[in-house]
Amino acid sequence: MRGHDTWHWLTTSPLPWILLTVAAYEAGRRLRERTGHPLAQPVLIALVVVCLVVRLTGTSYDDFSSATSIISFFLGPATVALAIPLHRQTHRLRGLVLPMLVGVLAGAVVSVSSGILLVRVLGGGELLARTMGPKSTTTPVAIALSGRFHGVSELSAVFAILVGTLGAVVGPAVLDLLRIRERRARGLALGAVSHGIGTSRALHDDPVEGAFSGLSMGLTALATCLVMPVLVPLLV
Amino acid sequence: MLVGLIWLLACQLVGEVVVRLTDAPIPGAVVGMVLLFVVLRWRRTPDSAPVIRAGDYLLGHLQLFFVPAGVGVLAYLGALRAHALPVLVGMLGSWLLAIATVGWAVTALIRRRGGETGPAPEEIE
Repeated sequence: MRGHDTWHWLTTSPLPWILLTVAAYEAGRRLRERTGHPLAQPVLIALVVVCLVVRLTGTSYDDFSSATSIISFFLGPATVALAIPLHRQTHRLRGLVLPMLVGVLAGAVVSVSSGILLVRVLGGGELLARTMGPKSTTTPVAIALSGRFHGVSELSAVFAILVGTLGAVVGPAVLDLLRIRERRARGLALGAVSHGIGTSRALHDDPVEGAFSGLSMGLTALATCLVMPVLVPLLV
Repeated sequence: MLVGLIWLLACQLVGEVVVRLTDAPIPGAVVGMVLLFVVLRWRRTPDSAPVIRAGDYLLGHLQLFFVPAGVGVLAYLGALRAHALPVLVGMLGSWLLAIATVGWAVTALIRRRGGETGPAPEEIE
Protein backbone atom coordinates (compact mmCIF):
# COMPACT_ATOMS: atom_id res chain seq x y z
CA MET A 1 0.00 0.00 0.00
CA ARG A 2 2.78 2.40 0.92
CA GLY A 3 4.50 1.70 -2.38
CA HIS A 4 1.29 2.44 -4.22
CA ASP A 5 0.82 5.75 -2.41
CA THR A 6 4.39 6.77 -3.14
CA TRP A 7 3.96 5.91 -6.81
CA HIS A 8 0.73 7.91 -6.91
CA TRP A 9 2.52 10.90 -5.41
CA LEU A 10 5.41 10.59 -7.87
CA THR A 11 3.10 10.51 -10.88
CA THR A 12 0.95 13.45 -9.77
CA SER A 13 3.49 15.78 -8.11
CA PRO A 14 4.96 18.58 -10.23
CA LEU A 15 8.36 17.99 -8.62
CA PRO A 16 9.71 15.28 -10.98
CA TRP A 17 8.82 17.41 -14.05
CA ILE A 18 10.45 20.53 -12.64
CA LEU A 19 13.56 18.53 -11.76
CA LEU A 20 13.67 16.91 -15.20
CA THR A 21 13.30 20.25 -17.02
CA VAL A 22 16.00 22.05 -15.02
CA ALA A 23 18.37 19.06 -15.14
CA ALA A 24 17.93 18.60 -18.91
CA TYR A 25 18.63 22.31 -19.42
CA GLU A 26 21.75 22.11 -17.24
CA ALA A 27 22.92 19.07 -19.22
CA GLY A 28 22.43 21.14 -22.38
CA ARG A 29 24.52 23.97 -20.91
CA ARG A 30 27.34 21.58 -20.13
CA LEU A 31 27.21 20.09 -23.61
CA ARG A 32 27.46 23.59 -25.10
CA GLU A 33 30.44 24.40 -22.89
CA ARG A 34 32.16 21.18 -23.85
CA THR A 35 31.52 21.24 -27.62
CA GLY A 36 31.10 24.98 -28.30
CA HIS A 37 29.00 24.05 -31.34
CA PRO A 38 26.27 26.60 -32.20
CA LEU A 39 23.79 23.73 -32.64
CA ALA A 40 24.34 22.71 -29.01
CA GLN A 41 21.75 25.16 -27.62
CA PRO A 42 20.70 24.24 -24.06
CA VAL A 43 17.04 24.81 -24.97
CA LEU A 44 17.19 22.41 -27.94
CA ILE A 45 18.84 19.68 -25.90
CA ALA A 46 16.40 20.17 -23.02
CA LEU A 47 13.46 20.08 -25.44
CA VAL A 48 14.54 16.79 -27.01
CA VAL A 49 15.09 15.13 -23.62
CA VAL A 50 11.90 16.44 -22.00
CA CYS A 51 9.71 15.73 -25.06
CA LEU A 52 10.99 12.15 -25.14
CA VAL A 53 10.20 11.58 -21.45
CA VAL A 54 6.75 13.21 -21.76
CA ARG A 55 6.01 11.02 -24.78
CA LEU A 56 7.33 7.77 -23.28
CA THR A 57 5.41 8.22 -20.02
CA GLY A 58 2.21 9.05 -21.91
CA THR A 59 1.87 12.35 -20.03
CA SER A 60 -0.50 14.91 -21.54
CA TYR A 61 0.93 18.33 -22.43
CA ASP A 62 -1.65 19.98 -20.17
CA ASP A 63 -0.43 18.01 -17.15
CA PHE A 64 3.21 18.76 -17.98
CA SER A 65 2.45 22.42 -18.61
CA SER A 66 0.68 22.97 -15.29
CA ALA A 67 3.41 21.05 -13.44
CA THR A 68 6.12 23.32 -14.87
CA SER A 69 4.15 26.59 -14.70
CA ILE A 70 6.55 27.86 -12.03
CA ILE A 71 9.35 27.77 -14.64
CA SER A 72 7.25 29.50 -17.32
CA PHE A 73 6.30 32.15 -14.79
CA PHE A 74 9.81 33.58 -14.97
CA LEU A 75 9.35 34.43 -18.66
CA GLY A 76 7.60 37.63 -17.51
CA PRO A 77 10.29 39.14 -15.26
CA ALA A 78 12.99 37.89 -17.68
CA THR A 79 11.30 39.81 -20.51
CA VAL A 80 11.29 42.92 -18.31
CA ALA A 81 15.01 42.33 -17.69
CA LEU A 82 15.71 42.67 -21.44
CA ALA A 83 15.77 46.41 -20.66
CA ILE A 84 19.18 45.84 -19.05
CA PRO A 85 21.21 45.01 -22.22
CA LEU A 86 19.44 47.90 -23.96
CA HIS A 87 20.45 50.21 -21.11
CA ARG A 88 24.06 49.00 -21.34
CA GLN A 89 24.34 49.50 -25.09
CA THR A 90 22.74 52.92 -25.34
CA HIS A 91 26.16 54.63 -25.44
CA ARG A 92 26.97 52.87 -28.72
CA LEU A 93 24.16 54.60 -30.51
CA ARG A 94 25.83 57.93 -31.23
CA GLY A 95 25.16 58.81 -34.87
CA LEU A 96 23.42 55.49 -35.43
CA VAL A 97 19.94 56.06 -34.07
CA LEU A 98 18.24 56.71 -37.39
CA PRO A 99 19.85 53.88 -39.44
CA MET A 100 19.18 51.50 -36.61
CA LEU A 101 15.54 52.42 -36.04
CA VAL A 102 14.76 52.42 -39.76
CA GLY A 103 16.57 49.12 -40.29
CA VAL A 104 14.96 47.33 -37.34
CA LEU A 105 11.48 48.64 -38.18
CA ALA A 106 11.85 47.60 -41.83
CA GLY A 107 13.07 44.19 -40.65
CA ALA A 108 10.05 43.72 -38.39
CA VAL A 109 7.64 44.68 -41.18
CA VAL A 110 9.32 42.32 -43.67
CA SER A 111 9.61 39.48 -41.17
CA VAL A 112 6.00 39.60 -39.96
CA SER A 113 4.38 40.19 -43.36
CA SER A 114 6.49 37.71 -45.34
CA GLY A 115 6.01 35.08 -42.62
CA ILE A 116 2.24 35.52 -42.71
CA LEU A 117 2.00 35.74 -46.51
CA LEU A 118 4.25 32.76 -47.26
CA VAL A 119 2.26 30.54 -44.90
CA ARG A 120 -1.04 31.71 -46.38
CA VAL A 121 0.03 31.42 -50.03
CA LEU A 122 1.28 27.87 -49.45
CA GLY A 123 -2.01 26.84 -47.86
CA GLY A 124 -0.97 26.80 -44.19
CA GLY A 125 -4.19 28.48 -43.07
CA GLU A 126 -4.99 31.43 -40.86
CA LEU A 127 -4.03 29.97 -37.47
CA LEU A 128 -0.57 28.98 -38.68
CA ALA A 129 -0.09 32.42 -40.29
CA ARG A 130 -0.90 34.14 -36.98
CA THR A 131 1.53 31.76 -35.27
CA MET A 132 4.37 32.50 -37.75
CA GLY A 133 3.97 36.30 -37.47
CA PRO A 134 5.94 37.04 -34.26
CA LYS A 135 8.60 34.28 -34.53
CA SER A 136 11.56 36.65 -35.06
CA THR A 137 11.17 38.22 -31.63
CA THR A 138 12.86 36.83 -28.55
CA THR A 139 10.98 33.68 -27.48
CA PRO A 140 9.12 35.09 -24.43
CA VAL A 141 7.82 37.98 -26.54
CA ALA A 142 6.91 35.61 -29.39
CA ILE A 143 4.87 33.56 -26.90
CA ALA A 144 3.11 36.64 -25.54
CA LEU A 145 2.47 38.20 -28.96
CA SER A 146 1.18 34.95 -30.40
CA GLY A 147 -1.32 34.67 -27.55
CA ARG A 148 -2.35 38.30 -27.98
CA PHE A 149 -3.07 37.79 -31.70
CA HIS A 150 -4.76 34.39 -31.38
CA GLY A 151 -1.93 32.22 -32.70
CA VAL A 152 -0.65 29.04 -31.03
CA SER A 153 1.82 30.28 -28.40
CA GLU A 154 3.58 26.92 -28.00
CA LEU A 155 4.27 26.70 -31.73
CA SER A 156 5.44 30.31 -31.93
CA ALA A 157 7.91 29.42 -29.19
CA VAL A 158 9.21 26.50 -31.24
CA PHE A 159 9.46 28.58 -34.43
CA ALA A 160 11.35 31.26 -32.51
CA ILE A 161 13.76 28.68 -31.06
CA LEU A 162 14.30 27.19 -34.53
CA VAL A 163 15.01 30.50 -36.33
CA GLY A 164 17.22 31.48 -33.41
CA THR A 165 19.24 28.31 -33.81
CA LEU A 166 19.30 28.78 -37.58
CA GLY A 167 20.89 32.20 -37.05
CA ALA A 168 23.42 30.82 -34.59
CA VAL A 169 24.49 28.09 -37.02
CA VAL A 170 24.41 29.73 -40.48
CA GLY A 171 23.78 33.46 -39.73
CA PRO A 172 27.38 34.71 -40.15
CA ALA A 173 27.84 32.68 -43.38
CA VAL A 174 24.57 34.06 -44.81
CA LEU A 175 25.68 37.61 -43.95
CA ASP A 176 28.95 36.95 -45.83
CA LEU A 177 26.97 35.69 -48.84
CA LEU A 178 24.79 38.82 -48.75
CA ARG A 179 28.01 40.91 -48.65
CA ILE A 180 27.05 42.60 -45.38
CA ARG A 181 30.45 43.38 -43.85
CA GLU A 182 29.89 46.38 -41.58
CA ARG A 183 30.15 44.94 -38.07
CA ARG A 184 27.30 47.00 -36.65
CA ALA A 185 25.02 46.15 -39.59
CA ARG A 186 25.84 42.44 -39.18
CA GLY A 187 24.99 42.48 -35.49
CA LEU A 188 21.76 44.40 -36.02
CA ALA A 189 20.68 42.03 -38.82
CA LEU A 190 21.39 38.85 -36.86
CA GLY A 191 19.68 40.09 -33.69
CA ALA A 192 16.63 41.19 -35.69
CA VAL A 193 15.93 37.69 -37.03
CA SER A 194 17.51 35.32 -34.51
CA HIS A 195 17.12 37.22 -31.21
CA GLY A 196 19.02 35.92 -28.15
CA ILE A 197 20.20 32.64 -29.65
CA GLY A 198 21.70 34.46 -32.65
CA THR A 199 23.16 37.04 -30.26
CA SER A 200 25.07 34.38 -28.37
CA ARG A 201 26.76 33.42 -31.67
CA ALA A 202 27.42 37.07 -32.56
CA LEU A 203 29.02 37.63 -29.14
CA HIS A 204 31.21 34.61 -29.71
CA ASP A 205 32.38 35.98 -33.10
CA ASP A 206 32.94 39.66 -32.30
CA PRO A 207 32.10 41.95 -29.34
CA VAL A 208 30.72 44.76 -31.53
CA GLU A 209 28.52 42.37 -33.49
CA GLY A 210 27.33 40.86 -30.21
CA ALA A 211 26.47 44.20 -28.63
CA PHE A 212 24.49 45.34 -31.66
CA SER A 213 22.79 41.99 -31.98
CA GLY A 214 21.56 42.25 -28.38
CA LEU A 215 20.39 45.79 -28.97
CA SER A 216 18.59 44.71 -32.12
CA MET A 217 16.86 41.86 -30.29
CA GLY A 218 15.34 44.30 -27.77
CA LEU A 219 14.34 46.84 -30.42
CA THR A 220 12.89 44.14 -32.68
CA ALA A 221 10.65 42.98 -29.82
CA LEU A 222 9.32 46.54 -29.51
CA ALA A 223 9.04 47.12 -33.28
CA THR A 224 7.17 43.84 -33.74
CA CYS A 225 4.72 44.84 -31.00
CA LEU A 226 4.09 48.05 -32.94
CA VAL A 227 3.66 46.51 -36.41
CA MET A 228 1.65 43.39 -35.49
CA PRO A 229 -1.59 45.28 -34.68
CA VAL A 230 -1.39 46.90 -38.13
CA LEU A 231 -0.21 43.95 -40.21
CA VAL A 232 -2.19 41.06 -38.74
CA PRO A 233 -5.69 42.43 -39.52
CA LEU A 234 -4.42 43.52 -42.94
CA LEU A 235 -2.84 40.25 -44.03
CA VAL A 236 -4.67 37.46 -42.20
CA MET B 1 19.01 39.98 -5.39
CA LEU B 2 15.55 39.95 -3.83
CA VAL B 3 15.27 43.72 -4.16
CA GLY B 4 16.13 43.32 -7.83
CA LEU B 5 13.42 40.70 -8.30
CA ILE B 6 10.92 43.06 -6.67
CA TRP B 7 11.84 45.75 -9.23
CA LEU B 8 11.35 43.33 -12.13
CA LEU B 9 8.03 42.01 -10.83
CA ALA B 10 6.77 45.52 -10.05
CA CYS B 11 7.59 46.73 -13.59
CA GLN B 12 5.81 43.71 -15.04
CA LEU B 13 2.78 44.27 -12.80
CA VAL B 14 2.48 47.91 -13.86
CA GLY B 15 2.88 46.84 -17.51
CA GLU B 16 0.18 44.17 -17.24
CA VAL B 17 -2.22 46.61 -15.54
CA VAL B 18 -1.58 49.34 -18.14
CA VAL B 19 -2.15 46.89 -21.01
CA ARG B 20 -5.45 45.75 -19.51
CA LEU B 21 -6.67 49.27 -18.74
CA THR B 22 -5.86 50.59 -22.22
CA ASP B 23 -6.62 47.36 -24.10
CA ALA B 24 -3.30 47.87 -25.94
CA PRO B 25 -2.33 44.94 -28.20
CA ILE B 26 1.12 44.64 -26.58
CA PRO B 27 2.28 42.05 -24.03
CA GLY B 28 2.33 43.51 -20.52
CA ALA B 29 5.89 42.32 -19.92
CA VAL B 30 7.09 44.37 -22.92
CA VAL B 31 5.51 47.51 -21.44
CA GLY B 32 7.28 46.55 -18.19
CA MET B 33 10.55 46.32 -20.14
CA VAL B 34 10.11 49.85 -21.54
CA LEU B 35 9.26 51.08 -18.06
CA LEU B 36 12.37 49.47 -16.57
CA PHE B 37 14.48 50.95 -19.38
CA VAL B 38 13.21 54.44 -18.52
CA VAL B 39 13.92 53.86 -14.82
CA LEU B 40 17.45 52.57 -15.55
CA ARG B 41 18.29 55.59 -17.76
CA TRP B 42 16.68 58.04 -15.35
CA ARG B 43 18.61 56.80 -12.32
CA ARG B 44 21.81 56.09 -14.32
CA THR B 45 21.77 52.67 -12.70
CA PRO B 46 25.25 51.18 -12.25
CA ASP B 47 26.03 47.50 -12.91
CA SER B 48 26.29 46.83 -9.16
CA ALA B 49 22.59 47.63 -8.58
CA PRO B 50 20.38 44.74 -7.34
CA VAL B 51 17.99 45.04 -10.29
CA ILE B 52 20.86 44.61 -12.76
CA ARG B 53 22.27 41.62 -10.90
CA ALA B 54 18.86 39.92 -10.61
CA GLY B 55 18.06 40.70 -14.24
CA ASP B 56 21.40 39.43 -15.51
CA TYR B 57 20.88 36.20 -13.60
CA LEU B 58 17.44 35.66 -15.16
CA LEU B 59 18.73 36.55 -18.64
CA GLY B 60 21.62 34.11 -18.19
CA HIS B 61 19.04 31.32 -17.96
CA LEU B 62 16.47 32.73 -20.37
CA GLN B 63 16.49 29.52 -22.41
CA LEU B 64 15.33 27.49 -19.41
CA PHE B 65 12.14 29.50 -19.03
CA PHE B 66 10.76 28.65 -22.44
CA VAL B 67 11.44 24.91 -22.35
CA PRO B 68 7.89 24.19 -21.02
CA ALA B 69 6.29 26.19 -23.87
CA GLY B 70 8.51 24.45 -26.42
CA VAL B 71 7.39 21.03 -25.21
CA GLY B 72 3.93 22.09 -26.45
CA VAL B 73 5.19 21.21 -29.94
CA LEU B 74 4.26 17.60 -29.06
CA ALA B 75 0.59 18.50 -29.17
CA TYR B 76 0.95 19.91 -32.70
CA LEU B 77 3.21 17.38 -34.42
CA GLY B 78 0.33 16.17 -36.59
CA ALA B 79 -0.57 19.69 -37.72
CA LEU B 80 3.08 20.44 -38.45
CA ARG B 81 3.46 17.32 -40.55
CA ALA B 82 0.30 18.18 -42.50
CA HIS B 83 1.59 21.71 -43.18
CA ALA B 84 5.32 21.01 -43.45
CA LEU B 85 5.77 23.05 -46.64
CA PRO B 86 4.15 26.35 -45.50
CA VAL B 87 5.86 26.05 -42.12
CA LEU B 88 9.35 25.45 -43.52
CA VAL B 89 9.14 27.94 -46.38
CA GLY B 90 7.44 30.54 -44.17
CA MET B 91 10.08 30.20 -41.49
CA LEU B 92 13.18 30.09 -43.73
CA GLY B 93 11.86 32.55 -46.33
CA SER B 94 10.87 35.29 -43.91
CA TRP B 95 14.11 34.79 -41.95
CA LEU B 96 16.21 35.27 -45.10
CA LEU B 97 14.19 38.26 -46.36
CA ALA B 98 14.37 40.00 -42.98
CA ILE B 99 18.09 39.44 -42.35
CA ALA B 100 18.85 40.84 -45.84
CA THR B 101 16.51 43.81 -45.30
CA VAL B 102 18.07 44.86 -41.99
CA GLY B 103 21.66 44.23 -43.12
CA TRP B 104 21.36 46.11 -46.40
CA ALA B 105 19.24 48.96 -45.02
CA VAL B 106 21.61 49.64 -42.12
CA THR B 107 24.71 49.38 -44.34
CA ALA B 108 23.25 51.82 -46.87
CA LEU B 109 22.12 54.30 -44.20
CA ILE B 110 25.45 54.21 -42.35
CA ARG B 111 27.30 54.78 -45.61
CA ARG B 112 25.06 57.69 -46.58
CA ARG B 113 25.51 59.38 -43.21
CA GLY B 114 29.19 58.46 -43.04
CA GLY B 115 30.31 62.06 -43.70
CA GLU B 116 28.34 63.62 -40.87
CA THR B 117 28.85 61.08 -38.12
CA GLY B 118 32.64 60.84 -38.26
CA PRO B 119 34.37 57.86 -36.68
CA ALA B 120 32.41 54.89 -35.38
CA PRO B 121 31.29 55.18 -31.73
CA GLU B 122 33.77 52.54 -30.59
CA GLU B 123 36.63 54.74 -31.73
CA ILE B 124 35.41 57.78 -29.81
CA GLU B 125 35.40 56.00 -26.48
